[in-house]
Amino acid sequence: MPKRTRGLTRRGLLQAGAAAIGAAGGSGAITGFPTIWAQNIKDVVLRHAGPPVTAIPAIAEQATKDLGFTVQMQAVENADLLNRFLSQSSTIDCADVSLVYMRYIIGRNVLQAIPLAKVKYWDQTIPLFTKGEYPDGRKAPQQGITPTMILYATDATGQKVTDGKQTEWLTAVPTVTNGDTLGIRPDLVGQKVDSWADLLSPAFKGKAAVQDNPTIGIIDVAMALEAAGRVKYGNKGNMTKAEIDKTVDSMLEIKKSGQFRSFWTTFDQSVNLMASGEVVIQSMWSPAVAAVRSRGIPCTFQPLKEGYRGWGYTLGAMKHVDGLKRDCFYEYMNWYTGGFEGAFIARQGYYAAQPENARKFLTPAEWDYWYGGKPAATDIYSPFGKLMEKAGNVRDGGSFWERLGNIAVWNSVMDEDRYLTRRWNEFVTS
Amino acid sequence: MNVRQLVSPWSAGAGAAMPIERRRALPKLPNWAVSWLQVGPLAAILLVLFVLPTVLFLVVSFFDYDRVGIYPAFLLDNYAELLTTPATLRVYVSSLKFAAIVWALTLVIGFSVAHFLVFHVRSPILRTIFFLLCAIPFWTSGIIRTIAWIPFLGRNGAFNQILMATGITDRPLEFLLFSDFAVIVTYVHLFTLLMIGPIANSLAKIDPALIEAARDAGASRWQTLVGVIIPLSKTGIALGSILVFTQVMGDYFVVKTMSGGQSASIVSMLSTEIQAMQYPPAAANAMVLVVFVAVMVGFMMRVVDVRKELVK
Repeated sequence: MPKRTRGLTRRGLLQAGAAAIGAAGGSGAITGFPTIWAQNIKDVVLRHAGPPVTAIPAIAEQATKDLGFTVQMQAVENADLLNRFLSQSSTIDCADVSLVYMRYIIGRNVLQAIPLAKVKYWDQTIPLFTKGEYPDGRKAPQQGITPTMILYATDATGQKVTDGKQTEWLTAVPTVTNGDTLGIRPDLVGQKVDSWADLLSPAFKGKAAVQDNPTIGIIDVAMALEAAGRVKYGNKGNMTKAEIDKTVDSMLEIKKSGQFRSFWTTFDQSVNLMASGEVVIQSMWSPAVAAVRSRGIPCTFQPLKEGYRGWGYTLGAMKHVDGLKRDCFYEYMNWYTGGFEGAFIARQGYYAAQPENARKFLTPAEWDYWYGGKPAATDIYSPFGKLMEKAGNVRDGGSFWERLGNIAVWNSVMDEDRYLTRRWNEFVTS
Repeated sequence: MNVRQLVSPWSAGAGAAMPIERRRALPKLPNWAVSWLQVGPLAAILLVLFVLPTVLFLVVSFFDYDRVGIYPAFLLDNYAELLTTPATLRVYVSSLKFAAIVWALTLVIGFSVAHFLVFHVRSPILRTIFFLLCAIPFWTSGIIRTIAWIPFLGRNGAFNQILMATGITDRPLEFLLFSDFAVIVTYVHLFTLLMIGPIANSLAKIDPALIEAARDAGASRWQTLVGVIIPLSKTGIALGSILVFTQVMGDYFVVKTMSGGQSASIVSMLSTEIQAMQYPPAAANAMVLVVFVAVMVGFMMRVVDVRKELVK
């Protein structure tokens, strides 16, 4: 292998891109991808769009190096991303689509189905995604938009999905997942926090925050209201009008009481609220907790007894992608789920849907820390080389399955979302 | 030789005069055509960048929608839902409240600063320097100037630390940040220059002889201000007011950031709808806002005929 690389570097001097072609051949040799003839693919450019948390340029650079065609990464936020999928899908080739956005996209001729036969790492994909089950065979709770609700297409067009029954066609391949919970400042809460109900506890009056986002914010509040025994839900991820009313009415009351210090919309806001001590308990994302900690401020992604709010991402191919480009997409898809990307995002606290592949690209110490829930054997670094955790620290929430085995509800867009948006605006404006 | 060389440029000049002769020979454009040509470029820009999008909003605001898409229709539901939800009234009242308070504060501060700059600073160099001092903060983006207040006003922020260190309070003042107070402070900081500019401009146009005459006629400083200066600067006041008012009514970022999402603005309501991919109600919301602001500005224009004053 080294010999080969050297030979190719010389060629790389003659023509830009030649090195990449050679590397593609090279990586094909290591991982055993069905190698497409390098001369044809060198001009292929695969445009990948996703949210900033996963659409990371360093991943595209590595893919370009390994595969021999160019992968471009474009990061777009929130509704702008969804809008891009829906109205300009021809300007991108493949996309990170969250399970929730899948719900908007399916049936709108945005994505094509992916034949299961082309998916190399299907067997390594966690059963929570493929079957809606835990590894021990227990059925996972079915609240919110679960992976199996959107994963299996009825036919090659990919415009309709089954109710969870496995087929030979996927709408997209599972890539990234995690369970979200509340972040706390252990030095400032002054009491044990172990339930979502603590978000509404009078002890944290004026020191709590939630996301200003109707679809996710309301689920966090619903988790809290249910934990406090104030509201009972059939499905927190798909509330009835009456449940929405009860939730929003309670929220209005709680807001009036001065419980919330702030509502956040961006990652940075959530980090700053916590780091400055304006807020001591709030809904949060895993890398935001890490960002607070990296400033030397204690912050815990607190496991709670009611469970986590799960979310997931998938990689899909746009409708217009065909021929050689489609072959390149399949290569990229199998590279993407092959471990490099999974290891990369593992280092910021997310999980790969194919954990065993990610393991190949993690050091044993990293694997034990991020996935095993064991104390870090060495210092743990972020993908960008920043010190994340000192040796000896243990990840909040324990091992992979201690977290993902306890998903209470998935992120969602509800059937009554039209009504929810109206009521949410009432809450926000009150 | 020398003379010829000196002359030649002149002869060239004479040659250059020829096209002018030819241009004069063109038939004179009728007045209406001249007016249209003058208005044309701006009209084209407004047509493409304002009228067309607004018409599009208007059309879409009557559409039906669900999670999957928007459907051409003529429904009044979007307007009915918008106008019947209590949130709408609340948010308009709250935006108007902000607009009124900010308008009053920026007017007093802006007028005072402008008055000082125009009438009290005698040296033109010093005046330029002071104007620059007012303007330099505006070289950075409004977003940065907004966010900069957060560490200053926060619970553990600079201001609270000063208060506690000097013993003025013994616990941090919570209302300083994520409150209406914080929103107003930021608005005043952001928008006072919008008042200073037009008012200083109209103050500078006042003939000093008028003020001298007022003084000679025995008017006190206050009488001069109220009887001469303010009436003569009302164009600037009106222009500044319109700028501040429209900025506050159309704001989204400041309210959201500085109130910590505790207060909402009209546009933040609209943004919630856009984030949920609900374009028809967002379009209806935008239409109502455009009409509302247009009516308010029209009202201000009635109070002061800005056009007439500007021509003077």
